[in-house]
Amino acid sequence: MAMTPIDQHIAPGKFPGGDAASLLGDGPGRRGDRIFRAVALGAGLVVLVVLALIAASTTHEAWPAFRAEGLSFITSSTWIPAENKFGALAFIYGTVLSSMLALVLSVPVSLGIALYANEAAPSRIRRPIVYVMDLLAAIPSVVYGLWGIIVLAPFLGPNVYEPINNAVGGWPVIGWFLKGTSGRSFMTAGIILAIMITPIITSLSREVIATVPRAQREAAYGMGATRWEMIRTAVLPWGRGGIVGAVMLGLGRAMGETIAVALVIGSQTGQITTHLFEAGDSMAAVIVNQFGEATGTHRAALVGLGVVLFLVTILVNVSARSIVGRFDRQARGA
Amino acid sequence: MTESTSTDLPQEVEEPMATVAASASSVGGGPAMTPAASSDPASIGAEVVFDVRDLDVYYGAFRAVRDVNLQIHKKEITAFIGPSGCGKSTVLRCFDRMNDLIEGARVEGKVLYHGVDLYDDRVDPVEVRKRIGMVFQKPNPFPKSIYDNIAFGPRLAGNKENLDDLVERALRQAALWDEVKDRLKKSAMGLSGGQQQRLCIARAIAVEPEVILMDEPCSALDPIATARIEDLMQELKAEFTILIVTHNMQQAARVSDRTAFFTTEINSHSDTRTGCLVEYAPTNKIFSAPEDERTENYVTGRFG
Repeated sequence: MAMTPIDQHIAPGKFPGGDAASLLGDGPGRRGDRIFRAVALGAGLVVLVVLALIAASTTHEAWPAFRAEGLSFITSSTWIPAENKFGALAFIYGTVLSSMLALVLSVPVSLGIALYANEAAPSRIRRPIVYVMDLLAAIPSVVYGLWGIIVLAPFLGPNVYEPINNAVGGWPVIGWFLKGTSGRSFMTAGIILAIMITPIITSLSREVIATVPRAQREAAYGMGATRWEMIRTAVLPWGRGGIVGAVMLGLGRAMGETIAVALVIGSQTGQITTHLFEAGDSMAAVIVNQFGEATGTHRAALVGLGVVLFLVTILVNVSARSIVGRFDRQARGA
Repeated sequence: MTESTSTDLPQEVEEPMATVAASASSVGGGPAMTPAASSDPASIGAEVVFDVRDLDVYYGAFRAVRDVNLQIHKKEITAFIGPSGCGKSTVLRCFDRMNDLIEGARVEGKVLYHGVDLYDDRVDPVEVRKRIGMVFQKPNPFPKSIYDNIAFGPRLAGNKENLDDLVERALRQAALWDEVKDRLKKSAMGLSGGQQQRLCIARAIAVEPEVILMDEPCSALDPIATARIEDLMQELKAEFTILIVTHNMQQAARVSDRTAFFTTEINSHSDTRTGCLVEYAPTNKIFSAPEDERTENYVTGRFG
């Protein structure tokens, strides 16, 4: 073996600990560190590989439908399996609309609960709130769906939607949206989804809010800020990135939610309307409603809906992340 | 960024030299290492801003500080010194009711501010904090622009006009203007620690408070930045009443007119420690001829 410079200097005997070679340890990095790095790397890779495999295999399965429909798969809203017409636009619309409604309804409530629990509530009230929120998050979605179809939809239709429709349905602007009388509708789906994602957004943003440094709170209070001014100037800007992350997770859950939406959205194929109180359909709901009896291109088209849902979710997440990232870089400078 | 760093560097090196020279001469010239102001008999009769009477502070059932009695005089610098856990920061936080923010904290006794008890039920702590500014141990600028940091207080107070002049004045008073005037719209988080702390001082004085509380304002800073803050305090004294908590006895000796020495007492029955005020006197007396043996032991470095 050739003498490397370090080998020349290793003389046994006159070294603290007996042997200068012991300084070399067992090679670059400790064994434990190397094993840990390998395990962590493997775990990280598994996620990416699984994701890639899902994307590849679903795209492969959906290929016959994509090839038959081409771009009109996402630009047409004509979905007639018997005639081999598969335009998913109405379902994409239904998914986006019901999820957006859910966010609009849920985010203010979730942030309100999170801020109340963290900033205002005495600890003996805080604990029950947190407990109930966690409990709500654990309820299976089919239970929400059943409650929606048995209780909520029959109630909302005649008692809420109809009066609103009669009162303002003819007005300009507002009437474009607050129209229709169907208990099973985009709005009902939005409400059920809002109830489902509120615990998620609440509990995640509560954790984010709890990480706002005490120094930041004291800085605002020390300047004579009231509690609300402190929240507005110190808590919310600091927690903005994390809160948006929480909202994104909620949105992801809402867009992907299947069974509860399938039960209450009304399964009205091909419906693209601004009328919130009318029945429609969403991607996930169509998949679960039709997959059982679908074959051939129809089956491929349903898998194609899954691919589109996957892409829409990624798109929403990435764009939201980049918006937040830009905000935060501006605010924190450095 | 690079431009202003290169310009502020020579200044940061120059000024501390002057400070060292000044404090060295006062050590050599005077009877003790004290600034001339504190030996001025006129200041003894200065107007009383705070009159603290029989102040006890509890955290839950635990008594953190007991029986504090002292008076804070207008346009003086008063230093609180003492070993860790002696309650000096706790007492400081009674002057702007920051202790209200700690769950379970409770205050007994009176903190009279121009004769009004700050702990009267009808007193709004928000109003108190608008009049009494605070600078914290760790610089805590908001993650906003330098300009917006300074404008924060005036805007809270409802001042929606053009704040350019006010921002400039506050930054000049805090001896920060020359270093940041070309980057007012940049984030405050990009400043050095010492600059951030001066920004926090500028932010506090932008609302023109009467009093500035400083809770170990230099403990996170290097000696050069510390010297700049100490110089700044001497300038601000012309306009503001300053209370400073410090771990650094030399700092108290250099900057303050009066010094309060706190220590801890071990409660024999419960194995807890309660802070108490041992001695409060003009700074030169505390450091040259303390009356209490515990003070002498502390200032001569025999404990703490």
